[in-house]
Amino acid sequence: MSTKSDFRGSRPISSFFLRKPKVRLISLLSLPMTWIVGVYIVSLFLLLITAFWNVDPFTSRVSPGFNLENFIMVFTVPAYIATSIRTLFIALSVTAICVLLAVPLGIYMAKIAKPWLRNILAVAITLPLWAGYLVKIIAMRLVFTEEGFFNWLMAPLGIRGPGFSIPIVILTLTYLWFPYMALPVYTAIRQIPPNLFDASSDMGAKGFTTVYRVVIPLIVPAIIAGSVFTFSLSLGDYLAARFTGGATQMIGSIIAANINLNPPVAAAYSMIPIAFVVIYLMVARRTGSLERM
Amino acid sequence: MKGKKLAILSALSASVLIISGCSSGSDDSSGVAIEVPDIPMHEAMGEFEGELNIVNWSGFVEPAWTDKFTADTGCKVNPRVAGTSDEMVTLMRTGQYDIVSASGDAALRLIVGGDVQPLNLDLIPNFSDDIAAGMKGNIYDTVNGKPYGVPIGRGANLLQYNEEVTGGAPESWDVVWELNTPYKGKITAYDAPIYIADAAVYLMYHKPELGIKNPYALDETQLAAAIDLLKQQNQVIGEYWSDPVAQITSFVGGNTVVGTSWEVLRKFAAKDNLKTTLPVEGSTGWFDSWLVSSTTKNINCAYAWMDYTSKPEVNGAIAVNFGMAPANVAYCASSPEAQAHCDTFFAEDEEFFKRIWPWTTPIETCVDGRKDVKCTSFQEWTNAWATVKG
Repeated sequence: MSTKSDFRGSRPISSFFLRKPKVRLISLLSLPMTWIVGVYIVSLFLLLITAFWNVDPFTSRVSPGFNLENFIMVFTVPAYIATSIRTLFIALSVTAICVLLAVPLGIYMAKIAKPWLRNILAVAITLPLWAGYLVKIIAMRLVFTEEGFFNWLMAPLGIRGPGFSIPIVILTLTYLWFPYMALPVYTAIRQIPPNLFDASSDMGAKGFTTVYRVVIPLIVPAIIAGSVFTFSLSLGDYLAARFTGGATQMIGSIIAANINLNPPVAAAYSMIPIAFVVIYLMVARRTGSLERM
Repeated sequence: MKGKKLAILSALSASVLIISGCSSGSDDSSGVAIEVPDIPMHEAMGEFEGELNIVNWSGFVEPAWTDKFTADTGCKVNPRVAGTSDEMVTLMRTGQYDIVSASGDAALRLIVGGDVQPLNLDLIPNFSDDIAAGMKGNIYDTVNGKPYGVPIGRGANLLQYNEEVTGGAPESWDVVWELNTPYKGKITAYDAPIYIADAAVYLMYHKPELGIKNPYALDETQLAAAIDLLKQQNQVIGEYWSDPVAQITSFVGGNTVVGTSWEVLRKFAAKDNLKTTLPVEGSTGWFDSWLVSSTTKNINCAYAWMDYTSKPEVNGAIAVNFGMAPANVAYCASSPEAQAHCDTFFAEDEEFFKRIWPWTTPIETCVDGRKDVKCTSFQEWTNAWATVKG
């Protein structure tokens, strides 16, 4: 942008906006703000306000009102507390496993693998994203049934799968959300200049020391970014638990069970994963990695 | 006194009032007065409106029989499939639908909530003596003597077992309830609050001291006992199912050995080692009827649809397609295939269905006729159910 006279006459719209900075700002932000406030925040607010409403015990009809009973239920019914803790455990486990797998894979892909192999691995990671979410869950269900692929494969070794339970839910969720961790981590590692590795090696650091002292600190923002996905997506999921968890119940299972029968309880209970994610983001912010994201 | 009321009621509705499952139940429930909104019924047929919006179970509304209906009446059929009773109730309350194929656990909720209207059976000539006796005048769709539903079909919640593992039919439901079950971790149960009634049926037989007379009329102590039994089951259960496909793969894949099932699911599983049985305690079942919205704009199309689907051949087609006992038993005699279908699903076997308690929405008024206590409502069942799975 050089001088105002360049635009006057030839580009009337641009020059109009240039002269009126407030109009410029409003027209720039109005569309995204309508989306965020009108669609996103208002609908979320409408959902959460239901948590204070009443349900007619006779007809299960919901009527506006104010009572805290639904929240008291969420924090006092042992089954709800146990489910919250179980879900938190599952989500943290999924995130931890994703990090443990994504970092070595990312280092290998970005720094060691030949270009053709790197491309194949990149496709292999993103390929599952193309398949339907439910298809992948059902696939995991079929793999781990009693007479399924896993038990058939492991039969010669005398190993049997654990059956549908929490470990299988963690495995399924890891499978579902791994790309969201692997891709940012891989991209971050690729952006580390090769001469940092040389410098590290010149100063006498061995492979693992380099990873621990150089690579990890540089990719923490990417890991946090990936973990926001793996953690919050796992928190909200319930179909993995339904199809591969046996009798395992997650936060989403309870919300789904109540959404038709008792929407206020479902709304109150949906505050729990929101609280978990907010706490998680606050912890992430304290480490300073959100600013570097 | 109750017997006399029953007689008047029968004469009024020109139907035999039988509550399936228990002979004493029928006497008691006729004495149950339930407060319902006063909604007028349709007096006479008028011109067809040209469309009909249906909330239905998967397989109830198919072109094979809707095309002829549309050709006959000019009513275009717009079906909307719902997956659960609760979804049906929610959909009907939007006011966008004219008619619903509700199971008994949804029906009473809709009736009491004023979402559906009483029916004028004179306008439905096919609602005749051919409708199975056990499907007429039941508490879940006949309130204070007024009929609200036209029966479609019914099915029982049976005990399915893998014969290779069990080596024969279990005589009792104890294999799915007791801690010493030989099939720990290989048990499945239906995943909905209405399953509490199955626990109540078991308790009725094994703990008569609780005084449960109807599994849908539980006072607080009785509900607590049922929930304790369900929590006990939770320690030995493998899986809860609400999705039929998941239940089938679970039985076929060997993850489940015993558990709640429907005859039609066993047929779909298509494995010779999977069998069903009705244990000594009896069981629950789903009895489906058409209910008409109280705010419908297509009332004449709705009545025409109920009449049309009560014809033996149409009712039979729906029953065969879904896999249940048809309400109109005249269908059974129409062909050898029809008879075979009726026999598989016990359509004409009232003795069988007398041992089945039709799903009924639990409400505060005790449907077993008790006046001295308040019964637990479906809302309480829902909250209690959430605590079972831990």
